[in-house]
Amino acid sequence: MNALYASRARKDKIIRVLCVGAAAFGLIWLGLILFTLFSNGLAGLSLSVFSEMTPPPGSRTGGLANAIFGSILMTVIGVAVGTPIGLLAGTYLAEYGRHEKLSFYVRFINDILLSAPSIVIGLFIYGAVVVPMGGFSGFAGSLALAVIVIPVVVRTTEDMLLLVPTQLREAASALGLPRSLVIRRIAYKAARTGLITGILLATARVAGETAPLLFTALSNQFWNANLMKTMANLPVTINNFVQSPYEYWRQLAWTGALLITLAVLALNIFARLLGAERKSK
Amino acid sequence: MTDLQIMTDMSSKPETTAAPRANKLEVRNLDFFYGEAKALKNINLALASNTVTAFIGPSGCGKSTLLRILNRMYDLYPGQRAEGEVLLDGQNLLDPKLDLNLLRARVGMVFQKPTPFPMTIYENIAFGINLYEKLPKSEMDGRVERALRGAALWNEVKDKLNASGLSLSGGQQQRLCIARTVAIQPEVILFDEPCSALDPISTAKVEELIDELKEKYTIAIVTHNMQQAARVSEFTAFMYLGELVEFGPTTRLFTAPEKRQTQDYITGRFG
Amino acid sequence: MTVPAVSNSSEQLDRARALSAFKLGDATFYWLTRLSALAVLLILGGIILSLIVGAWPAIKTFGLDFLVTRRWAPQLSPSPVLGALGPIYGTLVTSLIAMLIAVPVGIGIAIFLTEFCPPILRRPVGVAIELLAGIPSIIYGMWGFFVLAPFMTDHFMPAVIATFAHVPILNVIFAGPPSYLSLFNAALVLAIMILPFITAISRDVFQTVPPMLKESAYGLGCTTWEVVKNVVIPFTRAGVIGGIMLALGRALGETMAVTFIIGNSFQITGSIFSPGTTISAAIASEFAEADGVHMSALILLGLLLFVLTFCVLAAARLMLARLEMKQGK
Repeated sequence: MNALYASRARKDKIIRVLCVGAAAFGLIWLGLILFTLFSNGLAGLSLSVFSEMTPPPGSRTGGLANAIFGSILMTVIGVAVGTPIGLLAGTYLAEYGRHEKLSFYVRFINDILLSAPSIVIGLFIYGAVVVPMGGFSGFAGSLALAVIVIPVVVRTTEDMLLLVPTQLREAASALGLPRSLVIRRIAYKAARTGLITGILLATARVAGETAPLLFTALSNQFWNANLMKTMANLPVTINNFVQSPYEYWRQLAWTGALLITLAVLALNIFARLLGAERKSK
Repeated sequence: MTDLQIMTDMSSKPETTAAPRANKLEVRNLDFFYGEAKALKNINLALASNTVTAFIGPSGCGKSTLLRILNRMYDLYPGQRAEGEVLLDGQNLLDPKLDLNLLRARVGMVFQKPTPFPMTIYENIAFGINLYEKLPKSEMDGRVERALRGAALWNEVKDKLNASGLSLSGGQQQRLCIARTVAIQPEVILFDEPCSALDPISTAKVEELIDELKEKYTIAIVTHNMQQAARVSEFTAFMYLGELVEFGPTTRLFTAPEKRQTQDYITGRFG
Repeated sequence: MTVPAVSNSSEQLDRARALSAFKLGDATFYWLTRLSALAVLLILGGIILSLIVGAWPAIKTFGLDFLVTRRWAPQLSPSPVLGALGPIYGTLVTSLIAMLIAVPVGIGIAIFLTEFCPPILRRPVGVAIELLAGIPSIIYGMWGFFVLAPFMTDHFMPAVIATFAHVPILNVIFAGPPSYLSLFNAALVLAIMILPFITAISRDVFQTVPPMLKESAYGLGCTTWEVVKNVVIPFTRAGVIGGIMLALGRALGETMAVTFIIGNSFQITGSIFSPGTTISAAIASEFAEADGVHMSALILLGLLLFVLTFCVLAAARLMLARLEMKQGK
């Protein structure tokens, strides 16, 4: 009995060590990435990054102003276009269509789109928008991001609305409220922080997307606010600069990467804080 | 509480007036189905105007189901259907063409758990009124005050009308929900176990309130608490396994039940 | 003593009028939500249709041969020869290696977090893992290109090549010369990228085990590992497998983490230390210069990738749905 117990305890200890080892192994890599990113990125951080345009080949000056602007613009438009559709579709799944067959299919397809390769979304918009319109554009890039936003918002909207107690809906109906007002004035209000969290997460998700922009917005060396033309953006700029022979460009790529990561982390943390506040209520 | 106590409660109560009153609601040959399962069987009864009618019976007997038919709340869910007639002032409210929102404005409901909306106390009341009437601010203030007074809540909240409805205590929240219902001036108010989540003091306040409300409204209350039924109602319906076993003046039902099952239930001998 | 009726017919009429004002809005809102729900299906249809249309010239030119042709010669005259075998091989190999590394480590971290971790560390480590899962993949790709690939190529690969130089089979898989741009380096970056993802999802799934169930096993005198092995993992098997397949779907379609360091070579050498390509890397790196049937072939690659990931993700969702059903959701 004692020998058996000893061997069981030994096995437990071995697994324990392996799991701690796995955690250390995983966290070390991830820590290394963040360390490299911060040390390289911070080195190039200066005011000119935000004030100057992306440099032409060979230049030793220049910044990322146009790329930062383009990224923000396309992200904002993408989220602005995708969010209403996502909210409404999520509302259908959680409210009107909760027991409908259609919801089953929409939910299933949405979950697949949620994890679909973003490069495929880029090819889709290339075929559906870029080719018919005759050229790459910030508009196409925004649309590609919107397509990525939609499934994220659909999922969080449905989840958050399902958390609203049924009795609250019944109480609103009992006052004689039409269904749409029960949803818009009561359910949305009760789920508000959750819905905002979802939108923030969707924004974080698209802020760093690169692949779909390669085939839609392309890039642009100059300041451009015209959505019908190619538009500079951080991810594609990084993509181009990483593989360049110029030291200065590589430095800019690290700085851009740091900016994106900080933005994404900030959005994620903000969303998390909101979520925590909702739970504590 | 023992039988004897119930009876003493009864005796302190004024006898139900014998004068016939108009029936506000009449339920005729009502059957109800959850999908295939029949939950109510051939229910017939009438709620008299300006009275309180209590529905009692063991859990699952169909008393809440019956209540939820009276404002067609079941219509929110697929697969639930009612057959028969329920007449509100002579108009069949099971008519599929009936405007449900209009019906629910006439037949208000207060739920088991307090359900304040996620907004301020003031907005909780004004919200329902705004649906039907566009009132100037001063008039709206008056309506809100009247509703809160009507629910015996005004003195407790008059200084914090802009606080969230969720900041109130459970009993206050429940009275806020009653005020919200009263504010849109319904004709009938349904109470679905309104005190089951409340402490005894809050319960007493809500019961007093129900007693006052019957001056203006016709009231139906579902309760699993027999003493409560005895305290607040003039008429009581005892239901069991989806059937209406006995219906009559509360005093009589509790002192001289006609059916064996009723007697067993009110004396606590029920399995 | 009847109190006069609260409402009279004129008030009824007013209410009916007030409500009818909502009718149009009510119906409009319903249809907006329904159309938006349909839009989700429409997006899927749009993706498939747009890819098929774009890929049609290549489908017509190469037919099923596209799937089994190793050669990729877009500049060949008079007509280019294009085959998908190289990218398909690279996609499967890199994903396989990435999963081999990331699955045990990721699940190990999840077990650590739910069972062994000191409670003070549980939240911060968990949050850190979730935040890392949100970092854009291009960051992983950059880091792989500048830091990981040089290190592995200079210090890890030569040792492995030397060790297995005389072992049959292994000396092909680990054949030299070491290359910065290689399937192995790409797979390693992929593994690190999907690691937080696997950890986060496994941890969530492990947390669905009812505490009572675990407590009763502990009550029998089980060690922590025995509880994990006999209660936690059997209870959550479908969920864990679903999570792994979601991660696989992500690895198969990932572009930016691999593009910089895979080498974009369509050769199939058998060695994981030599350059290769994946479907997404091939599309990303050739897209700018492609036209005609070459472009169409890249879109056909995209279609293949979509079909492949669709199957994997659909299977994953079914697995996860089964777990939810078991929980009685």
